[in-house]
Amino acid sequence: MKYNLLLALSFALLISSVSAQDVKKTIPSATVKSLDGKSFNTSDFNNDGKPMIINFWATWCAPCKKELNNIAEVYEDWVDETGVKLIAISIDDARSQSRVLPYINGSSWDYEVYIDENQDFKRSMGVNNVPHTFLVDGSGNIVYQHNNYAPGDEDELFEKIIGLLN
Amino acid sequence: MKKILPLILFLAGLNQAYSQNPLQVRGNFSIEAQYYQEDSAIAAVVPDEQIALQGFGNIILTKGKFETGVRFETYLPAFVGYPAGAPWEGTGIGYRYAKYNGDKLEITVGNFYEQFGSGLVLRTWEDRGLGVDYALDGIRVVARPIDGVTIKGLYGKQRFNFDNGFQNGDGIVRGADVEFNLNQLLDSVINFKGQWTIGGSFVSKYEQNRDPVYDFPENVGSGSVRLKYQRGGFQIGGEYAYISTNPSSLNSNIVDIPDSLDPSVGIFQYGQGLQMNTNYSKKGFGIGLTASSMSNMALQSQRNSGPFDSWINYLPPTSVLQTTLLAQFYPYATQPNGEVSFRGDLFYNIPKKSLLGGRYGTKLEVSYTHIQEPDFPVVDDFEANRKGIEPTLFSWGDDTYYEDFNAKITRRVSKKFKASLMYMYIQYDNDVVLGAYDYNNNPTKGVVFADLIAFEGSWKIKKGHNLRFELQALFTEQHLQDWFAVVAEYTVSPHWFLSVVNQYNYGNADGDQFNFPVVSSGYINGSNRISVTYGRQRAGVFCVGGVCRVVPASNGLTISLTSSF
Repeated sequence: MKYNLLLALSFALLISSVSAQDVKKTIPSATVKSLDGKSFNTSDFNNDGKPMIINFWATWCAPCKKELNNIAEVYEDWVDETGVKLIAISIDDARSQSRVLPYINGSSWDYEVYIDENQDFKRSMGVNNVPHTFLVDGSGNIVYQHNNYAPGDEDELFEKIIGLLN
Repeated sequence: MKKILPLILFLAGLNQAYSQNPLQVRGNFSIEAQYYQEDSAIAAVVPDEQIALQGFGNIILTKGKFETGVRFETYLPAFVGYPAGAPWEGTGIGYRYAKYNGDKLEITVGNFYEQFGSGLVLRTWEDRGLGVDYALDGIRVVARPIDGVTIKGLYGKQRFNFDNGFQNGDGIVRGADVEFNLNQLLDSVINFKGQWTIGGSFVSKYEQNRDPVYDFPENVGSGSVRLKYQRGGFQIGGEYAYISTNPSSLNSNIVDIPDSLDPSVGIFQYGQGLQMNTNYSKKGFGIGLTASSMSNMALQSQRNSGPFDSWINYLPPTSVLQTTLLAQFYPYATQPNGEVSFRGDLFYNIPKKSLLGGRYGTKLEVSYTHIQEPDFPVVDDFEANRKGIEPTLFSWGDDTYYEDFNAKITRRVSKKFKASLMYMYIQYDNDVVLGAYDYNNNPTKGVVFADLIAFEGSWKIKKGHNLRFELQALFTEQHLQDWFAVVAEYTVSPHWFLSVVNQYNYGNADGDQFNFPVVSSGYINGSNRISVTYGRQRAGVFCVGGVCRVVPASNGLTISLTSSF
């Protein structure tokens, strides 16, 4: 059993190196809830052939809120220029879920927001910690991901979005 | 490897059968190592091994509608104070499952996490940072026969600890849940003026009674009903839960024992809980109210569990989770045997270019929480060290367990500078909550009254370069008295960060005025992150959701590596 972790990691690395070359990853199937309580399958996320950003955040996570607030300041321009859509996935549990809608409206965000209440989607996307941002191209392939947030990261994300359009 | 070999073969088979759907592999891992140093001044704990290493790796394979996953975990040994509950030791498989994800039917065998409603009767969850893992091991079926209807059923045993592999407890957990979204369901019949969701759950557990004295119930049943309504920016919702008599160390067990009776025939009581929330918001403005009351609501799959083990349900604290460094001194933890709590929240975006809003607008966040002891008709049974209450809801007792008021304003001052100022008042009954520790790693006595002021500035130096700094001061006559903290963090987007933190117990008139400096630096590339941290960690409590982990003081070097793929 001692080398299980090592074996697993090398196994994983092997598979990911093999599969990365020929298989693009799409959004896995998990059930999240819209703010009005409807169940929604994540594999149905789409933006009519335009890029999508999927961002995992929580109301108790300070860097997450910084990131989404900073993007909010330029979001209108991003949408105008690229047609991108940001889907914000809140991992708030029963403790803070009731703060999600007032916080979003209070912050004047225009994102599409879902709640991943028991973190099923977070698990199936392999997310360790929030914030974690994914960029999905127009055909539904995950093309870029970034963990953590430092001011300025949104500039790199925007360059990646522009890169998808060229 | 023996355990995952069948999985690989299974997938190889699937690969043949469904070659039009490519196999997708994803996952994540985390490895942390800590080197401990002696530091007797703060009673720093050094384990025998001197170095601790813990890690995990999740691998998830999906192919069309099939999915399978496994997690390897290693604790050689676990960090000091980790996990929250029963020990995790050695290395092995912590979680494995296979799942069919159909459009109307989803079947999982093996380990799974599930939540019914808000979790008052069932929420099995994990938090790897805390060392919490309540995964069930068995079978789960989710059916969505028609739009607007979700039916769930599950049966399994629950993870209790880890000994070269996950170990299940003795109890058996069984549950069913149904949820209706009335708008989707009755779409063609009724035209509702809002969104209605109703639901109900039933959960029961079985555990053999091996106690020679007490006649503990072997089967414990629980049920809940819930409702949610939303129209535009208005939401209202609530859940009521009932648990049949379930004596445990966390619940109050014995009520009104006549003198003539032996305590072993004392009256065990049922439990109940009610949570309600309403909020209203529109662009730039949000307001919310929460009320909750619990009585004998601890539901664990193993009767003799510690306070962090085998939880079937989830009792979140009503207070807002604070991430400000010094506010983390006084985290509230829900009292499952009984509490009454209220919270109000306000969010307001003062418009840009207004008198108070300034050029870029100003954000205001306010919240107030009050948590009170219920009116206990307390009966102490000194022999067994248990006490009992009548399980009433919203009855007001004498003692205030916790109260906080906090207000924060955030404002972009210029294109390059953003600042925030926060004030917080805390009242914290440490005789009940037991979250404030002294330098000998013991909880202090009495009620703490504290004021906290924190200023944060974020300055964009040039493209991609940012300096963030915080100045925090905590004033209290109790516990360890006054503190001052400084945080400076320099980030170079998207790859580098360096942070320096010091917490200084300058006002400690009764003891040593310690400094707790920590330096941390790291490199991030996409979804990979490596960081190195060196310094002194104060004793305290590390909380997420309703669970807190006591972390003793330590001094040393930590290296951490996380990755998603």
